[in-house]
Amino acid sequence: MEITLPADRDRITIAILALGGQGGGVLADWILEVANRNGYDAQGTSVPGVAQRTGSTVYYIEMARRGVAGANHPDPVLALMPVPGDVDIVIASELMEAGRAILRGFVTEDRTTLIGSTHRIYAISEKSAPGDGLASSRRIVDAAKRRAARFIGFDMDEAAGKSGSVISSIMFGALAGSEALPFTREMFEEAIRHGGKAVEANLKGFATGMAQAQTAATEADAPAIAAPEPTTEAGRAIKARIEAMLPPAAQPLAIVGAARLMDYQDAAYAGLYLDRLAAIRALDDGTDDWRLTAEAARHLALWMAYEDTIRVADLKIRATRSARVAREVRLADGQLLSVTEFMHPRLQEICETLPGWVAAPILRSGWLRRRLETVFARGRHVETTRLRWFLMLRLVAAMRTRRRSTLRYAEEQERIEHWLDLAREAAAHDVRLAAEILSCQRLIKGYADTFERGLARFGTLMTAARSLAGRADAAQRLAALREAALKDEQGTALSACLSEAGLAA
Amino acid sequence: MAERSFKKEVEQLRLGAGEVFEGEGILAVTKALLQAGVAYVGGYQGSPISHLMDVFADADPLLRELGVHFESNASEAAAGAMLAASVNYPLRGAVAWKSVVGTNVASDALSNIASGGVSGGALVIIGEDYGEGSSIMQERTHAFAMKSQMWLLDPRPNLTSIVDMVEKGFELSEASATPVMIELRVRACHVTGSFVAKDNRRPPMTVGQAAANPRRDTDRIVLPPANFLHEQEKIQKRWPAAIRFVQEQRLNEWFGPEADEIGIIVQGGLYNTLNRALELAGLSDIHGASRIPIYCLNVAYPLIPDEVNAFCAGKKAVLIVEEGQPEFIEHELNTMMRRADLQTRIVGKDMLPRAGEYTGAVLRDGVIAFLRQWAPERAPVAPMPAVPEPELATTVPQRPAGFCTGCPERPIFSAMKLVQRELGELHVSADIGCHLFSILPPFHIGNTTMGYGLGTAGASAFKPEGKRAVAMMGDGGFWHNGLTSGIGNAVFNKDETVTIIVDNGYSAATGGQDILSSKAENATRTTNNPIEKAVRGLGVTWARTLTRTYDVARMRDTLKEALTSPEAGPKVIVAQSECMLNKQRRVKPALAKAAREGKRVERDKFGVDADTCTGDHACIRLSGCPSLSVKPNPDPLRQDPVTHIDDSCVGCGNCGEVAHAAVLCPSFYRARIVTNPTRWERLRQRLRAGMIAFLQQRQARALAARSF
Repeated sequence: MEITLPADRDRITIAILALGGQGGGVLADWILEVANRNGYDAQGTSVPGVAQRTGSTVYYIEMARRGVAGANHPDPVLALMPVPGDVDIVIASELMEAGRAILRGFVTEDRTTLIGSTHRIYAISEKSAPGDGLASSRRIVDAAKRRAARFIGFDMDEAAGKSGSVISSIMFGALAGSEALPFTREMFEEAIRHGGKAVEANLKGFATGMAQAQTAATEADAPAIAAPEPTTEAGRAIKARIEAMLPPAAQPLAIVGAARLMDYQDAAYAGLYLDRLAAIRALDDGTDDWRLTAEAARHLALWMAYEDTIRVADLKIRATRSARVAREVRLADGQLLSVTEFMHPRLQEICETLPGWVAAPILRSGWLRRRLETVFARGRHVETTRLRWFLMLRLVAAMRTRRRSTLRYAEEQERIEHWLDLAREAAAHDVRLAAEILSCQRLIKGYADTFERGLARFGTLMTAARSLAGRADAAQRLAALREAALKDEQGTALSACLSEAGLAA
Repeated sequence: MAERSFKKEVEQLRLGAGEVFEGEGILAVTKALLQAGVAYVGGYQGSPISHLMDVFADADPLLRELGVHFESNASEAAAGAMLAASVNYPLRGAVAWKSVVGTNVASDALSNIASGGVSGGALVIIGEDYGEGSSIMQERTHAFAMKSQMWLLDPRPNLTSIVDMVEKGFELSEASATPVMIELRVRACHVTGSFVAKDNRRPPMTVGQAAANPRRDTDRIVLPPANFLHEQEKIQKRWPAAIRFVQEQRLNEWFGPEADEIGIIVQGGLYNTLNRALELAGLSDIHGASRIPIYCLNVAYPLIPDEVNAFCAGKKAVLIVEEGQPEFIEHELNTMMRRADLQTRIVGKDMLPRAGEYTGAVLRDGVIAFLRQWAPERAPVAPMPAVPEPELATTVPQRPAGFCTGCPERPIFSAMKLVQRELGELHVSADIGCHLFSILPPFHIGNTTMGYGLGTAGASAFKPEGKRAVAMMGDGGFWHNGLTSGIGNAVFNKDETVTIIVDNGYSAATGGQDILSSKAENATRTTNNPIEKAVRGLGVTWARTLTRTYDVARMRDTLKEALTSPEAGPKVIVAQSECMLNKQRRVKPALAKAAREGKRVERDKFGVDADTCTGDHACIRLSGCPSLSVKPNPDPLRQDPVTHIDDSCVGCGNCGEVAHAAVLCPSFYRARIVTNPTRWERLRQRLRAGMIAFLQQRQARALAARSF
């Protein structure tokens, strides 16, 4: 005798996986209400515990059809927790929670309707990685399609935003739309009215959720890089040069890169970028669809557009930025907005913006440096919506025309040349290794201590690249080292990876 | 004031006979107490019984009408000691707490009350925090019931059974002069359902009347020779009386067929899960029509020998479904079989897991294993386990609990991380409360936690030879136990420990109840007693109160000073800022109302400029705020996700302060939105914005000219 559950049994089990603050409890209450009013005995329970503080929570509901009048059934004995393989409906408020439901065995091919939002709320482990720690959404969507009898998935967070409602009402609508429960639309809506809170907004969200659940939504893939069209004479010339010089695989990146550097400095600076790129292209034999050239196009542009004080000031005071902030905070008519930046330029950064002949002596001198450092030891609250601070930043941004004479410019160009030298050297024997060397620019980011840490780690990898050159697995090793370097702040993963490769940490 | 208002629940407490009560299990208990004519109620809040305390705290007018005394006790020890009122007087009293931790704290008082015995019914409502969702060590309260000889009720998890058992619990207590525990597991506390109410009963004697006419009986006091007398009395009188009552009142239940070769004995609280397991094995249905005899122990302690022997006699084997360890019931069943010379085989932890929660799947598999050995013809084939998904398992991230958006405790640990960068790793003795989440990512701070209010005591062995230890304590823990066990102990022993007391205005982790140092004015409680004053009263000389935890730099510098100050003796930093969860509940509706009425309202929200953020996420590693998240990089050249602040931001200011204190990056900005600005503000804004827009247009033209 094998355990087979009857298809048309008198009870329905529902598990809701939600995160703290998503209204999982409200959703559970609505479901209980609709069931208890319409011929079912329904029971709900949950284990909130500490999960209400940002963790994930399971709400569990069971309902049994009420006996026919006079049939003398005792009250049903309803369970307080889901049993794997015995859950009819799973509602997950977020994509990874849908994944968690599958992992816990709640989702089975024979009976489970899985209703899940495809949006992401990132976990702390994903957010805090120094690089890209995001989990693969595709993997979850694939599993949901494979493992559930039916998967109804769409971005319910977005739907909530669009309908001016909350995600719990979207989920309730999606549940109604799934037709997995034997209740009519009116019965569901009545439960919302009975709840009595934000009825109009919730009904709107409900309608949106229901409609979207019934029109199977498909997930769009991330778009490929769209290169901008030139708007100036110089831009058209640069585009023509790129098209003549580079393989198609590297062109969009190079166009974005060149456009970035024109914005950052000027057309001549973009010209320098293309000169450097041409030298790399000459060494590329087309391995991996011209990956070497593509990596160069991406990372050289990023490095050449390094974030100095001038750049930051420039970006902070643009009209496009003011508009973006107003949009992000949803500024309404009649409201006033003031914006304060948290800036902390240290003496180091100030000096870097000065010409080398001024900056170098200050940084070298002991007493002057110490005196000045105390002046710049505190963070500044820079209110860019006030004229005084706006003009100050405008002045700093205007130093762009003198950027080439700054200490930082000299330092960065020297570093870039060293890096390119190393890549060119490697490319002569091992194009893949050269591409990986270029990719290592990804480690250089941030400001102040973060920047210095990244730069030091980049240095470690360049040393490693020299030692690895000539080894068959050099490219692969360097790629692994780079991934390790982006794993944690302390460099634990990198040290482990270095010793594994037989290199000194 | 608690996190939520319980007005609706309080109304239900007034229901009369025949009306239907609807709600959660733990709220049903509140109504059951009033129906039973309880004279006084107390306890200490904590999941899963917080709502019981909150409802009573909100029900003050009703309790006054009925003449019921309610107290938010300072600790479970205080609550347990309050049961002393039932020793000399026929007063029914109930106290509630989270267990096993609360029972640990109360155990001194419980031993005393159990020794002397009671004349009025004394009930301890136990929220058994065991299994999924639990936040404490996994132990059984059952052990306390046994060692102090208090009866332990474990009702089936439906509201009618729970409510009946509360009333029977008082009667049992009175019939056997013994305090009684009623145990509700987490899910039973939160299970929804209904029951038919009875009228509330005024206590026949109120606590006021009792106090006005004192009675005493030295035989009830734990002092020689009465203490020896108590032990004899427990065995010779109270135990038989309890057994008689349980048997006569049929508190335990039987389900399924009368005769069979096998049977199952189950703790009442697990009955529903067992029935589901049997249903999945094809041996019961949704209405509990089991095809195997079940003996359901709504009284988990004591066992009733006649009932047990009658159930087991004639059976080859009986499965005992008993959650947790040690398996006290199984041991006693085996002893009973030997004493009665029955050959029935008691099957328990040899087929069911020795440790861990008994979930539906665990019981289903256990029942099938039991059947396979003892009634193979009735055993179904165990279901195939789901195909494992190892790739999925590595993809789905853990979601450890963390501080809420805008939590005032976050900047304390951001500051501590910055201090550790300068002074090296610290030994941090953690405490119970929300601040315990510091041990989880992204802070990774905290070495041990020894119990509520024991943070400082947990560091007391460390006498510094260089580096001082740091102890954490919440305001809840401070008033619960920390004042004496922590600070008093440290002063007396000349400790050097640095204690940080988080003063957020509430017992926040348990649901935002008021405590002695709360800032709120409370009509029925005394609040606004400063913590610094209390520690100075104990003899602490180095004490600082910081009134804004979000000032990360100040927090960091004060902590550094405490760690390096030449002054001897314990150092105490009181770090104040209101619990954001409670603050938002208080402030948000008020601000929305003010804005609607046309009053000037300011709101702050933080943001990150994606074009200057380079995606290192150092800010997240120093914060972990739920509103501080990431999103795919809008820059096609950059590959790492950028930091992003979502709409849930409450503008606490922590990210900006951290960016400053740790010299992170210039990407953070604070947007201050003024609704209904003054006329002067509007004028000033028009002037500024006009000038700035003019300059921006010029700049945009120049940019367009040199652009791609």
